[in-house]
Amino acid sequence: MKRRWLVFALLIGVLAFVGAGCGGDDDGGGAEGSEDVSGEVSIMAIWAGEEQESFEAVIAGFEEAYPNVDVTYNSGGDNLGPLLSTAVEGGNPPDLAAIGQPGLMADFAEQGVLQPIDDLRDTIVEGLGESVADVGAVEGTQYGVMYKGANKSTIWYNVAAFEEAGVEPPETWEDLSAAADTIKAAGVTPYSVGVDVGWPITDIFENVYLRSAGPEMYDQLARHEIAWTDQSVKDALGIMAEIFASDNMAGGTEGALQTEMPDSVAKVFTDSPEAAMVIIGDFAPGVTETTLEPETGYNVFDFPSIEGSEPAVMGAGDIFLKFTENPASDAFLEYLTTVEAAEIWAERGGFTSPHQDIDVSVYPDEITRATAGALSEAEAFKFDMSDLQPAAFGGTPGQGMWKHLTDFVANPDDIDGTAEKLEADAVNAFG
Amino acid sequence: MSESVSTAEAPTRGLPPGDGEPGIWQRYGVVAVFLVPALVLLGVWIVYPTIRTIIRSFFDRSGDEFIGLDNYQTLFEDDTLLTALRNNLLWLLIVPAFVTAVGLVFAVLLERVRFSTAFKVAVFMPMAISLFAAGVIWRLMYEKDPDQGTVNAAIAVVKDAVSPSGVLSAAKPSTDALQGGPKGGLVLERELANGDVAQLGLTGIRSSDVPANAEQAVVPEALAGGITGVVWRDFKPGGGTAGEVEAEELGLPGVTVELRDEDGRSALETTTEADGTFVFEDVGAGSFRAAIGPDTFSEPYAGVSWLGASLITPAIMLSYAWVWAGFAMVVIAAGLAAIPRDLLEAARTDGATELQVFRRVTIPLLAPVLTVVFITMLIYVLKVFDIVIAVAPGSVQDDANVIALAMWRTSFGGVNDFGLGAAIAVFLFLLVIPILAINVRRFRREV
Repeated sequence: MKRRWLVFALLIGVLAFVGAGCGGDDDGGGAEGSEDVSGEVSIMAIWAGEEQESFEAVIAGFEEAYPNVDVTYNSGGDNLGPLLSTAVEGGNPPDLAAIGQPGLMADFAEQGVLQPIDDLRDTIVEGLGESVADVGAVEGTQYGVMYKGANKSTIWYNVAAFEEAGVEPPETWEDLSAAADTIKAAGVTPYSVGVDVGWPITDIFENVYLRSAGPEMYDQLARHEIAWTDQSVKDALGIMAEIFASDNMAGGTEGALQTEMPDSVAKVFTDSPEAAMVIIGDFAPGVTETTLEPETGYNVFDFPSIEGSEPAVMGAGDIFLKFTENPASDAFLEYLTTVEAAEIWAERGGFTSPHQDIDVSVYPDEITRATAGALSEAEAFKFDMSDLQPAAFGGTPGQGMWKHLTDFVANPDDIDGTAEKLEADAVNAFG
Repeated sequence: MSESVSTAEAPTRGLPPGDGEPGIWQRYGVVAVFLVPALVLLGVWIVYPTIRTIIRSFFDRSGDEFIGLDNYQTLFEDDTLLTALRNNLLWLLIVPAFVTAVGLVFAVLLERVRFSTAFKVAVFMPMAISLFAAGVIWRLMYEKDPDQGTVNAAIAVVKDAVSPSGVLSAAKPSTDALQGGPKGGLVLERELANGDVAQLGLTGIRSSDVPANAEQAVVPEALAGGITGVVWRDFKPGGGTAGEVEAEELGLPGVTVELRDEDGRSALETTTEADGTFVFEDVGAGSFRAAIGPDTFSEPYAGVSWLGASLITPAIMLSYAWVWAGFAMVVIAAGLAAIPRDLLEAARTDGATELQVFRRVTIPLLAPVLTVVFITMLIYVLKVFDIVIAVAPGSVQDDANVIALAMWRTSFGGVNDFGLGAAIAVFLFLLVIPILAINVRRFRREV
């Protein structure tokens, strides 16, 4: 007898629970303003701590303009990818989410869980430029807005080492080579290279290729429409091989292969530098402790132009995606393309805007002004190519780009062999 | 067992007649209460994941398609995974035997010294840190640069005492006029006769490496009957013109210059002044060549590349042995203490040497303990993982790969191929089973 009661009670409980769940869902739709946009927007992104505060300031700016919209932000932290995938799988995604992987965006688009925002395309192009707008497009359909950018076309240098050798930050590849030779003659090793698991080297390759082959071919290579055995790839490898001469790198080839990325920066950002320059993205000052002051101790210049190439930036960024049909979300995405939205965070620091019209003087320091200015002035912005590849080819230790470009550092004469191995792995990964 | 007990005891209990069932229920209930938590935990954390992993290993990357044994085939075809298998085999062959041997030697030797406890504590200490932390420590100790890596620093101290490094170890010729390399010294191409002035320009010298008493370089006057010249740092900020002594370019004092005759033999030697000049007086007739000897360029010790592709596996094995030697020593020492002294005494009285006592008496009596240590190490070595990931830099993790690391890298480290990862896990599981079986049988026999 008792058991029957128990089962009954359980059943009631379950029903009540399910009922409550259903009831909860009904609340969302609700009110629809006639003139003003109103409603609720839920947003998920990686930003936590200081970055979260900055983004909430951006949200506050939006809520001022749209008083009837209530925006809630949830930080996914480092687990954003799995969290978002699970939420999408469970049919309960946030209204908007910002992710750093265009590959994941393409996956979502293929699954049909994203809302196209083609109506916003013109607004995005107007504010951010065509090449930044294209980052958020999948096969001609606009899905995302890149709001926060990162500039990976930067070379950091030790100011004292440059002064001692009497060289100026170079603007062309020839100047860079000449500067490297002069620095070497002054007794200082020109480059600090940290192979790490391989991605710092793919970044160097992508920077060279973007300039030597041009943005169009960069896109084609990223989609594997041209083979890695193409002459343009071999030319780019030949150009970058110059950096990897053993006496050009701190610790020689062996040393470079064993150096992790933060250490490669530390070797330059010190008052007894082991090398004069390190080729790494705009995040360099954040990865190591240093006693040097920005500008007077260490500084930065743009990755030089190769054979007169236009200013181009290879980088990364956070792309906002729209998962639900919600007019308030559209308003928020539109707001993100405005200069005001960019400047709120830019003033607070730790932010690079891809917006074309941003006034660089709002950035808090000279170095950010330089790296961020390059990003908004670039003729072409291209997303980090390895992030656009299938993970097995562009993001896996011991495989694909990471592996073969690492081996290239060890053996910079093997241009043809490297190209062939890259092509073989690319064919496998693209299936 | 519990069943037989409960059925046997049930009738003796004074339970209400015609209601025998509840008694059995109660008994099963008690058993269940005690067993269920353990069974649930075992089921959730061991049985279910094991079965799920085995099933998953027969499916492809996405988990949708059944592909039979393809994953297992890949296991023996993929280069990276083959390296992992080969490395694991090396680990199995070398490390358990090595650790047991080191433990045995420590245990036997420490039995005979005073303050042996202090030594034992020192050897056992590494067991107190996690393998990962030990890996981080060794990673730093293995750094190639003798200024950073303890291991290479120790070698460098010895090496530099034997052959000190030269004053201008990094210097290179500034123009083609100087030929040669650090091995044979740098020789001026141009032949010199008396009355000539030689210019030996060097570059690639850090300003901080230029001797403090250096002065502006000067091209000396020609000397009748002799040969003069200058050795200088052919560099000024911006580069300057190679091969030309310019303002702001410093002479290099204290450099030994040789004058070699036509047969290449060193005829005369002198050292340079503060402004880099040198003079050979009264050289006589004939043609000579000026050279800077190889001693000037001998490079400081660069360090062994422990973390390079070729040495990485032995290097990790050594650090692993450092951690586990203490465990082996303590267990073996306990076994040693249990050996009856009279047997050893008897052997000695019969005239056996210490070595014979050790080989013929101690080792056979210790055999069970040694086997326990050896088998424990076999199991641990098969699944070695954390120390490898901690010591090996990213660029050589392929060369240092072992099965457990390959499993992790394949499943979670970017490849995201859970099918292949599961196959590696199952393969590792199969490898461990025979050793486990041996161990369980041994325990049974001993009980």
